[in-house]
Amino acid sequence: MLIRGVALLAACFIIGQLSGETLGRILHIDANVGGVGFAMLLLILAQNWLEQRGRFHQEMEEGVMFWSKMYIPVIVAMSAIQNVRVALSSGLVALLAGIIPVLVCLAVMPLLSKLSPKAA
Amino acid sequence: MDYITTVLVKNGLVVAFLVTGIVTYCSEYLSKVLTNKKIPGSAIAIFTGLVLAYIGGVVTGGSKGIADIKQLSGFELMGGAMFRDFAIVSTAMGASFGIIKKTGLAGIVSLFVGVILSFLVGAIIAVVMGYQDAASITTIGAGACTFVVGPVTGTAVGASSEVVAISIAAGVVKSILVTIGTPFVARFIGLNNPQAAMIYGGLMGTTSGTAAGLAATDPKLVPYGAMTATFYTGLGCLLCPSILYILVKLCFNS
Repeated sequence: MLIRGVALLAACFIIGQLSGETLGRILHIDANVGGVGFAMLLLILAQNWLEQRGRFHQEMEEGVMFWSKMYIPVIVAMSAIQNVRVALSSGLVALLAGIIPVLVCLAVMPLLSKLSPKAA
Repeated sequence: MDYITTVLVKNGLVVAFLVTGIVTYCSEYLSKVLTNKKIPGSAIAIFTGLVLAYIGGVVTGGSKGIADIKQLSGFELMGGAMFRDFAIVSTAMGASFGIIKKTGLAGIVSLFVGVILSFLVGAIIAVVMGYQDAASITTIGAGACTFVVGPVTGTAVGASSEVVAISIAAGVVKSILVTIGTPFVARFIGLNNPQAAMIYGGLMGTTSGTAAGLAATDPKLVPYGAMTATFYTGLGCLLCPSILYILVKLCFNS
């Protein structure tokens, strides 16, 4: 059942969003803290759990894979609704504050990579 | 002719599917014919999206890019946070939990380094450009994190709306730069494996920029980068109006 896969994804998504909002409230900040991350972890765990019990069917996977493949088109649409005009026209401070920190972070990236154990 | 507009507006999401499909198709074609697939079609498509957003902004003077054009208002739904996050979560299917666990610590370190470093550099730029009060400096520094952290922080510390607008713009510039730049810098910073993608997501933060940039680099890396990036905005909203604001206040006693 295709819809089961979509429903599984939806369940993980909603639980993740609620967790993120709840965490935000507990921390007294008006933001969703890691909602997407929690949802992704849930989906990975749910997939493993179902697979171990032999209840993860091909069609279920297809229900999730459809959205996974829709990902790039959604990102294209997302790019198309950014406020590019303001970003380009609100002056030097915004441009510098947007560009230079990215370059500095790129520069420390190789240092941080050494922290993680390399894949075999 | 009004009824055509009415039909397009009423079926906005479907129109957005159609237009995005056409954009993606043309981008794949351009990628093959003009660049011999050296620049991925998805990168061209995302860039085209940004160009469309600019055109939409110039034509209508609005803030929602192409979605401000009535006939294309469905883009707001298709490109909005709900669809974006739903699609990002779905990419986790098949991602390896083992790798995430193994890289977890480096991911967390990269989150803190990413937020604090972006904030400090942003704040220094604000000072160099002549801002003297702690609230403005903090807000612009926060804007260098993401375009959500900026306004959240600005509201919390009571910055002027002009400064908040600058912080949003800085965040948008960052997200656009990461979107476009990631495929080009990927080979120089070793961004070709899940571990590196997790660190990259933590350092850059901007979920939309990281996710789009990684999609154009190698779609297999998206879930790993998005996984850490999603915690970045939360961490930024936590640190910027609190500890980092207090630090700035100590330096600029006003």
